[in-house]
Amino acid sequence: MNSIKFLYAAYIATWLIHGLYVGSLVRRYRRLKRQMNDLGK
Amino acid sequence: MKRAFPIFAALTALLLAYAFYEAIWVAPMERTMGDVQRIFYYHVPSAWTAFLLFFVNLVASIIYLVRRNAKADAVAVVAAEVGVLFCTVVLVTGPIWARPVWGIWWTWDIRLTTTLVLWLIYVSYLVLRRFSESSQTPKLAAVLAVLGALDVPLVYFSIWFFRTQHPQPVIGGGGSIDPRMLHVLLINWLAFSCLAFLLCWVRYRLEWLERKVEEAQALESLLGDTVPSSQSAPVKLPPEKTQSSMGPQ
Repeated sequence: MNSIKFLYAAYIATWLIHGLYVGSLVRRYRRLKRQMNDLGK
Repeated sequence: MKRAFPIFAALTALLLAYAFYEAIWVAPMERTMGDVQRIFYYHVPSAWTAFLLFFVNLVASIIYLVRRNAKADAVAVVAAEVGVLFCTVVLVTGPIWARPVWGIWWTWDIRLTTTLVLWLIYVSYLVLRRFSESSQTPKLAAVLAVLGALDVPLVYFSIWFFRTQHPQPVIGGGGSIDPRMLHVLLINWLAFSCLAFLLCWVRYRLEWLERKVEEAQALESLLGDTVPSSQSAPVKLPPEKTQSSMGPQ
């Protein structure tokens, strides 16, 4: 059974999902910072 | 608190790296499944972490329903969002494990189906929080969270009470596990729990900032309606809010 590729796929998918979530948090923070700057003007 | 965040983040990264090393190189290879069994070290801790976060969501939602506490409401949103993240990992890694072991990606087995329903319930919760602008939204979402949490014990105990294709629980129940595998499993759970705590920490700060900005925008639009724009006072957030970094202060 060539199962190693499934192991790699699962680990990569896990970190990809976490990475995408962290990316979405960064985007939300940047948008928020822009809104705060607009309010500060 | 300003220093605690980077220190905790660095420790979590080290722990995750160590847990990865243990899962790949230290844990013994399972006799029948081979290397693909190592998916278990990410799949099971992610499931436990998701259950823990949905439990936090339940407690925070009950506190909100009883006391109308805004902080409890924020904790509920954060726990649900990070819980959905971990539940997504469970639903993705499960089929990747199932394909070489069962020969199929998915089956409408009770454990798999209840997990998918659990994920859908909390995604609905997040959609409700995101797109409903009614003042009743936090209350409705809290009720949904309380009802949704009923699915968590159903997911967990489904393999105890029903005939299922899913493996038996490794702790308690009918399953058994090599002590070295259990050690690696618990290290991975600790690492993923730390990661979940870290993500909740960041997300909670973001949630508060979003609420403050929404309040300030509402105030600004109110002032804009009553005072001519040239005479309206600028709405400023406190300096520490406008200059805050991503990490908690």
